Amino acid sequence: MNDRPLTGRMHPDRTPLSLREYEQAGGYQAVRQAVGRIAPVEVMNLVKESNLRGRGGAGFPTGVKWSFVPRGAQARRPVYLIANADEMEPGAFKDRRLLEGDPHQIIEGVILASYAIEADIAYIFLRGEYTLAARRVRQAVAEAYQAGWLGKNICGSGWGLELHLHTGAGRYMCGEETGLINSLEGRRATPRNKPPFPQLSGLFGRPTVVQNVETLCNLPHLVTHGAAWFKELSRCKDGGTKIYGVSGKVKRPGAWELPMGTPIREILEDRAGGMRDGVHLRAILPGGASTEFVTVDQINMQMDFDTCQAAGTRLGTGMMIVLDDQTCPVGMMLNLERFFAQESCGWCTPCREGLPWIVQSLAAIEAGRGEPADLDILEMHTRLLGPGLTYCALAPGAMEPLHSGLKIFRDDFERHLREGRCPWS
Amino acid sequence: MPVIYIDDQPYEVAAHHNLLHACLGLGFDIPYFCWHPALGSVGACRQCAVKVFRDEHDRRGQIVMSCMTPVRDGLRLTIDDPDVRRFRATIIEWLMVNHPHDCPVCDEGGHCHLQDMTVMTGHNYRRHRFAKRTHRNQDLGPHIHHEMNRCIQCYRCVRFYHDYAGGKDLNVFGAHHHVYFGRHESGALESEFAGNLVEVCPTGVFTDKPARRYYARKWDLQSAPSVCGQCGVGCNVLFNERYGKLVRVDNRYHYEINGYFLCDRGRFGHDFVNGEERIRRPLARESRGASLRETSADDALSRATQAVAGRRVIGIGSPRASLEANFALRELVGADSFYLGLSDAEFKSANLSLALLRELPTASLHEIETADAALVLGEDLLTTAPRMALALRQLARRQPTAESIVACPVPEWNDQAVRELVQQQKGSLFSATPGPTKLDEDAAAVYYGELDEIAGLGLAVAAAVDQPSAETDSLATQIATALRNAKRAVIVSGGNEAVMQAAAAVVRALRRAGRDAALCLTQPEGDTLGLAMLGGRALSEVVRDGAECVIVLENDLFARLPEADATAFLERTKTLIVLDHSITRTTARADVVLPAATIAESTGTFVNYEGRAQRCFSAFAPQPDVRESWRWLDALRSSLFWPTFDDVCRAMAQAVPAFAKAPDAAPSAAFRQIGNKIPRQSPRFSGRTAITAQLNVSEPKPPDDPDSPLAFSMEGSREQPPPALIARYWAPGWNSVQALNKFQQEIGGPLRGGDPGVRLIEPEAKP
Ligand SMILES: Cc1cc2nc3c(=O)[nH]c(=O)nc-3n(C[C@H](O)[C@H](O)[C@H](O)COP(=O)(O)O)c2cc1C
Ligand code: SF4
Ligand code: SF4
Ligand code: SF4
Ligand code: FES
Repeated sequence: MNDRPLTGRMHPDRTPLSLREYEQAGGYQAVRQAVGRIAPVEVMNLVKESNLRGRGGAGFPTGVKWSFVPRGAQARRPVYLIANADEMEPGAFKDRRLLEGDPHQIIEGVILASYAIEADIAYIFLRGEYTLAARRVRQAVAEAYQAGWLGKNICGSGWGLELHLHTGAGRYMCGEETGLINSLEGRRATPRNKPPFPQLSGLFGRPTVVQNVETLCNLPHLVTHGAAWFKELSRCKDGGTKIYGVSGKVKRPGAWELPMGTPIREILEDRAGGMRDGVHLRAILPGGASTEFVTVDQINMQMDFDTCQAAGTRLGTGMMIVLDDQTCPVGMMLNLERFFAQESCGWCTPCREGLPWIVQSLAAIEAGRGEPADLDILEMHTRLLGPGLTYCALAPGAMEPLHSGLKIFRDDFERHLREGRCPWS
Repeated sequence: MPVIYIDDQPYEVAAHHNLLHACLGLGFDIPYFCWHPALGSVGACRQCAVKVFRDEHDRRGQIVMSCMTPVRDGLRLTIDDPDVRRFRATIIEWLMVNHPHDCPVCDEGGHCHLQDMTVMTGHNYRRHRFAKRTHRNQDLGPHIHHEMNRCIQCYRCVRFYHDYAGGKDLNVFGAHHHVYFGRHESGALESEFAGNLVEVCPTGVFTDKPARRYYARKWDLQSAPSVCGQCGVGCNVLFNERYGKLVRVDNRYHYEINGYFLCDRGRFGHDFVNGEERIRRPLARESRGASLRETSADDALSRATQAVAGRRVIGIGSPRASLEANFALRELVGADSFYLGLSDAEFKSANLSLALLRELPTASLHEIETADAALVLGEDLLTTAPRMALALRQLARRQPTAESIVACPVPEWNDQAVRELVQQQKGSLFSATPGPTKLDEDAAAVYYGELDEIAGLGLAVAAAVDQPSAETDSLATQIATALRNAKRAVIVSGGNEAVMQAAAAVVRALRRAGRDAALCLTQPEGDTLGLAMLGGRALSEVVRDGAECVIVLENDLFARLPEADATAFLERTKTLIVLDHSITRTTARADVVLPAATIAESTGTFVNYEGRAQRCFSAFAPQPDVRESWRWLDALRSSLFWPTFDDVCRAMAQAVPAFAKAPDAAPSAAFRQIGNKIPRQSPRFSGRTAITAQLNVSEPKPPDDPDSPLAFSMEGSREQPPPALIARYWAPGWNSVQALNKFQQEIGGPLRGGDPGVRLIEPEAKP
């Protein structure tokens, strides 16, 4: 059986699977099997049993998230499902591959999740710049409607689903689930306070589940092959495969579907081909731009939620960014923090005012105009932009690379101050 | 009631509050910006952080935003912990990164919530050493001055203007540290409630444009509690004076009426006090045809007294003058010769209002806001009673909330969550008017028609309330069903007799059906209802009756009578005596003009649309030749009867049974707090000698005030005065208007000691 269920059947030339190809390869089997045949709660229980955890960054158990959605007569309708395809974090490009390469797979995932939570309407919220993905998904949605996979009375079950593709206007904040919901409603993309959680009051104040693209793409396979098979795929207690990616000065940057829990070394050396000639690895942001650095000595770390957390970082999106010895770490952090400062929604004080101050300080250090007190300012921000202190998780995420970076690259910071210039420039 | 533990001390608090609200209510100082008692919590500024503990053994605790944390029995917290204090000080440090450090030239300085909170957190040393971000300002029209660099992005302005008041042309633009609050381009703000931005904004972004011409700090203003006379709602205001000029008008909190907000007509409509048109000296003319000349008060008085002596004199009262002034005129000319000074339509409407209010219960604005359904018949409230329209909008926003938060439990103060749940649902607000009004968008259903058609709709609703029938789904049945289903319903009308009768019919029908329903009738001016209660003849009769001598009190006959009638009547009058504060077409024809004090310079009683008597106090003593109208009128009598305000007010209470309780509207002049009067000036009032230095370098003796327990002085009681006498909101550490927290029994609730004023009308049908 395929050990790369999500990507194994994609065309090597990156053209998308047509509806026919998808169906021939076993596509929409899961919908046929589940919709109208298994009770929605059963589908939810299956997902719970499989230990599928969200692939959007936070790793929340998917089945558990669904269990908060009110069912039956209690539910205020419509109930919504949203596929989060906003993927805007620096270094992340896994959802794009899934959307472009196999658009029917995400649609099938959406149908199954919607069925499990008894949703009436689903949206795919797509990053605006993903124009190719938009074209392909739009066409696939039309095909799915024609083939009866979407619309009223799917598989004669009496249950129907409306699916809309919405393309965003380009804000990182629209990837945060409540910011996404506000944006979809036509409001400013600022997040919402939780509670109430979206499962109770989400889109248009109705029960809503937001799920990452990769999470959803797992569902067809999970439903077809069962929870036990799904757990088998992984090298740790969380089930399934994971799309890992590497960017930075490696020989073959890219993204690969591998068992959940594959160690960094395997990904970096076997898949990405190791560092380019002449450059050496210094540190890694294992889960993407908003995770803590790990250093070379942690290269055997397994990339799964719990191991990453135990190591003081996060699996995040699993799209790692590597830092090499020819690149200034201060410059790298400046680049990242500029992004976060730019993408701050401007709602809460610490993030709105703190991130630009961080950028100003890092820029001064990088330009050789730093002062020792700047390091204290940076350190203070890594503490005071923590979870719960800011309104949403953007600022705490932005602090993760800086927090560990300040420790790991202390010498480099001090050299900038001492020499009054960037040693790499 | 749940008990919470603050630093291990137990306190009982209300269950439906958030921690910030509860702690402020207990008297603790927690700094905050984005929370507002009327706007709820949104958790944006992160200023209100406190530390909560899991249980009594937890010593580490967790920092949370108090405004977003519901009160829960047994909750343990500390406000005064080094971590959380440092966090709060850092919030100020962040807000100060881009804030101009020029309080001394800022119009907000001295009543700035940001200043207060900065001092409260203890942040004072600047560490940010880079360039500040700057913005361009906009011209927002004649009333509001805009300085965006002072913004701390608390989002209160949009939440008030856009969400609370329904304004469309102010919003937030941009993102990250470039968020901008303003219009899409320069231009006058369109909302009738834009002026509230001045008080809602915690810094100097939105300031009172007319006031900034006077360069006066809050502590340098001489202030007194008063009432807005621009319509019949009777919102409470503070008049603030410096250098003999009315500098600014602020909201004066009244739980039952205006709460935290005024309309712009009230805030900016008192320009006439400083106006070019003011009459500041008595005027008289030698003969018909001669021109009016300034004269002494004695001369003017002796001319007027001679004209009055031994003649039949007609007195024409006014709905913009105080009860006491109207009463004094009636006493002077006799009840038979007293005419109400209302146009025909106003006269009928006022008398009918009075009859209906004596029969049926009415509702305060607070009661309107918290009612479950309302029907507006015939009135464009944004023109006739703007603050009432704002209250109805809150009804429309709140009413669906009640249902939604049952379905998905969310505390009512969690503003964004509540609005999410409610979405576009409209509350049970219905409106029937001759044409579109700005309230329409809040209404569940709207009807446009001629006034008689509107009256017809009202009667149909009343009939449908009496006989509920399922089959028709006409508008009338829809409205009737909503009204019947409401725990409390309010019917609003005014102006036209037939429409008012129809409104009353709906209320009667609802009451017959055992429902709690109230009738609210708008009144065009500050004392229209009071005038009707005093009673007098219709102005149309005056034209027929005529008299040799006519006294007109604060009124312009050309605004009340048809042009030809007014001209003919005045032509037949031998001697016309007019008391007014500003030039009108009537004063221009007078033989003697006695300069009247404006509402900002006089003490008097006004009766609002509910029949609530409220006292105005002078914010500053009128100029020597300017007097309260009742004083002039008393002087026209053979001997002085009423040396002080209390004398005339008591005389009125005795003579007119309807006004028996009018003296209770506020403490009398004899009231003392620990032996002292209440000062109109703050203890920091500066420049007492400098103000008049061009005349005399010695300190002038402050004017006496025999009419009230307030003093034109900075000396006097430092205690919190009874609610009717609050001249400014200030408490230690709280210089901004938010000091109001310290004056309320419960934050956002009634004032300590009860809200001022007395209702004079007891309806036959009890509420
Ligand atoms: C600032 C920010 C940006 C985010 N961007 C994305 C994103 O682009 N795509 C995504 O799936 N999740 C994103 N998330 C996580 C979502 O909020 C949410 O947790 C996720 O979509 C849930 O799906 P999952 O449980 O399937 O992972 C972001 C979170 C934050 C705080
Ligand atoms: S942390 Fe605050 S300012 Fe930053 S994105 Fe979240 S809500 Fe917006
Ligand atoms: S807004 Fe307040 S803190 Fe800012 S300059 Fe003005 S007075 Fe000072
Ligand atoms: S303009 Fe004033 S009210 Fe509006 S966000 Fe800025 S500080 Fe707050
Ligand atoms: S007052 Fe609580 S976050 Fe602003």
